[in-house]
Amino acid sequence: MPDHVLEIRGLRAGVGGKEILKGIDLTVASGEVHVIMGPNGSGKSTLSHVIMGRPGYEVLGGSVTLDGADVLAMAPYERAHAGLFLAMQYPTEVPGVPLVDMLEAAFAAADRDVAGMRERISVEAGRIGFDDRFLSRPLNVDLSGGEKKRNETLQLGVLQPAIAILDEIDSGLDVDALRACARRIEAATEETGLGVLAITHYNRLLHELRADHVHVLARGAIQRSGGPDLALELETTGYAAFGVDEPARADAAGRADGGPLADPFADPLA
Amino acid sequence: MAVPRPDPANGRDRGSADLGDARRPPIGCEQHRGPDRPSFREVREVPLSAFSVDAIARLAGPQWLVDRRSDAAERFASSSLPSTEEDVWRYSRISELDLDRLAPTAATATVEHGDLGRATIRRADGLDAEALGELPEVGDALVWLHHALAVDPVVVDVPVGVTVPDPIVVRHQGAGAGQATAARLLVRAGADSEVRIVEVFEGGGDGILLPATEITVGPAARVGYVGAQLLDPASWSVGTLELSVAEQATVTAGLAGFGGDYTRTRTDCRLLGRGATGDLVAAYFGDGDQMLDYRTFQDHVAPDTTSNLLFKGAVSDRSRSVYTGLIRVGKEARGTNAFQTNRNIKLSDDAWAESIPNLMIENNDVHCSHASAVGPIDEEQRFYLESRGIPTVVAERLIVAGFFAEVLEQLPVADLRASLDAAVSSKLRAVLA
Repeated sequence: MPDHVLEIRGLRAGVGGKEILKGIDLTVASGEVHVIMGPNGSGKSTLSHVIMGRPGYEVLGGSVTLDGADVLAMAPYERAHAGLFLAMQYPTEVPGVPLVDMLEAAFAAADRDVAGMRERISVEAGRIGFDDRFLSRPLNVDLSGGEKKRNETLQLGVLQPAIAILDEIDSGLDVDALRACARRIEAATEETGLGVLAITHYNRLLHELRADHVHVLARGAIQRSGGPDLALELETTGYAAFGVDEPARADAAGRADGGPLADPFADPLA
Repeated sequence: MAVPRPDPANGRDRGSADLGDARRPPIGCEQHRGPDRPSFREVREVPLSAFSVDAIARLAGPQWLVDRRSDAAERFASSSLPSTEEDVWRYSRISELDLDRLAPTAATATVEHGDLGRATIRRADGLDAEALGELPEVGDALVWLHHALAVDPVVVDVPVGVTVPDPIVVRHQGAGAGQATAARLLVRAGADSEVRIVEVFEGGGDGILLPATEITVGPAARVGYVGAQLLDPASWSVGTLELSVAEQATVTAGLAGFGGDYTRTRTDCRLLGRGATGDLVAAYFGDGDQMLDYRTFQDHVAPDTTSNLLFKGAVSDRSRSVYTGLIRVGKEARGTNAFQTNRNIKLSDDAWAESIPNLMIENNDVHCSHASAVGPIDEEQRFYLESRGIPTVVAERLIVAGFFAEVLEQLPVADLRASLDAAVSSKLRAVLA
């Protein structure tokens, strides 16, 4: 079993001069599943983007290392080569670039053998019930929200990262697709020792993906950490205990704060 | 450049709405004919020693063609070169054209074809004045110069109901160093016929090539056309593609522009019969100091006509591109669907892309849209690919190649795809290294 460790120490980060993460400490090791839950605006997506190096975020302090190597000093593609993967909340459409071309380029850049890529993709598609006809389309173009999430899961399966950050991989997935994707990721924790940092609003992801640790992120910091029971507790109590008046399982339709045009999951950069 | 002529559909001159081209009165005043007349030099803005009517007439060919070319040469001799003072040439590099440096030169095309069905391909020795048609009534200096230099017209006739199984490929060399040449292709597709034409412009030195392609699409005929401009870096080309589409007929025309120093292509798609369709796509990619200049005219004359235009370009280094497009929907053209999209990626700070869409609508029952954009590579797309482990420069190459793929996939002659993909890749390797 591989033995990788992603260590986040005192991470502070922001956007446009506004501090969003105010000191995050987390350690994710191979085979572990960490779940981050928290109210909107708590910095969950910011954390995932800063770890992967998305442009537009400012790191204000602290460190992120993978097996001791300074992740924050790496370009995004170097972070991927080091073993990180980000399943995006809103996967970007890339017109004219087929999945197979992208994965072959990714393998080639990392000096991995590109032979049999189509076969690999096909096997992964089969494992999550993803129709082959989606595979020849340009990346994420004309895919539904759920199809995009399956596409992210498929790429995770092919790329076999050491540590995967899943930014709301469950949103947009119907029950069957969620089960298939969650099972695939759970299997990866056993087959390849994948370490997982999953950001979610919902417990249903955790029915198939067994959390080892649950963390509550609110007001830019980890407020509490615990075992799987913490997720169940949040389901009934919400985040009031963390100074946030918001039910943990609120769905978009039930939100009163944002108004009809506000996207409760909006990226702060968008 | 403009090639205004009387509109066959309604008898009116179509030049007035023609992208603002200056209309010129018919020329041919007797006192200006002939190089020996003293008034000849007086009307020239620039003395063009190499471009005497005699020099042009000396180019080989049958007498009827020499006569026709001489007639055009005389019109050229009594007109003045376009200038950037004229709106239609404003962003062009026409002021750099120095014809004194160039000599009129005969250029011949190479025609390749497989099974022609019952279509015919004729060259000068198989044609006569009638088959080639009259000179246009109005034109500018470069129009006359094209006709004056067109020693090897290629005329493709596809009879009624005939499907030509294999594409017809017409290759033109760019003008060599110190040369001015012309290329002329006429395609007449009869009713309910089908044909695919590929024109390739390649090679060349620092001369200027003046190509003109005219395609007449008969009722219910289907014509596919690809014009691939792969000229060598010093070459100039200023040309036109004219598409005239009859009722229920469809033309799909694709342009690829990768080479040359300054190349300008004007595409006119005239939808003359009810239910006619014209699909126009282009992919162009500039590097170094080159400039790629496109003008398009989607002219909806008849009811229930459809045009879709998608022009995509990339500019890198210090290169420039200009796209100017006009959709005109005439008074009679109810039920028109007309779409025009021009997107440009700017790959360097010193590159420059201009996009100028225009609409002129004289009927209320239409669906029309135009969109244009100039911008750098999308940051989100780049980050997405990078996050999968693709280095920045490779990600950018993939994104630009993908940007062009949407156009290249629509080209009506698939055989060309590999060589155009290769042209894109080789540019990408050079400019995103």
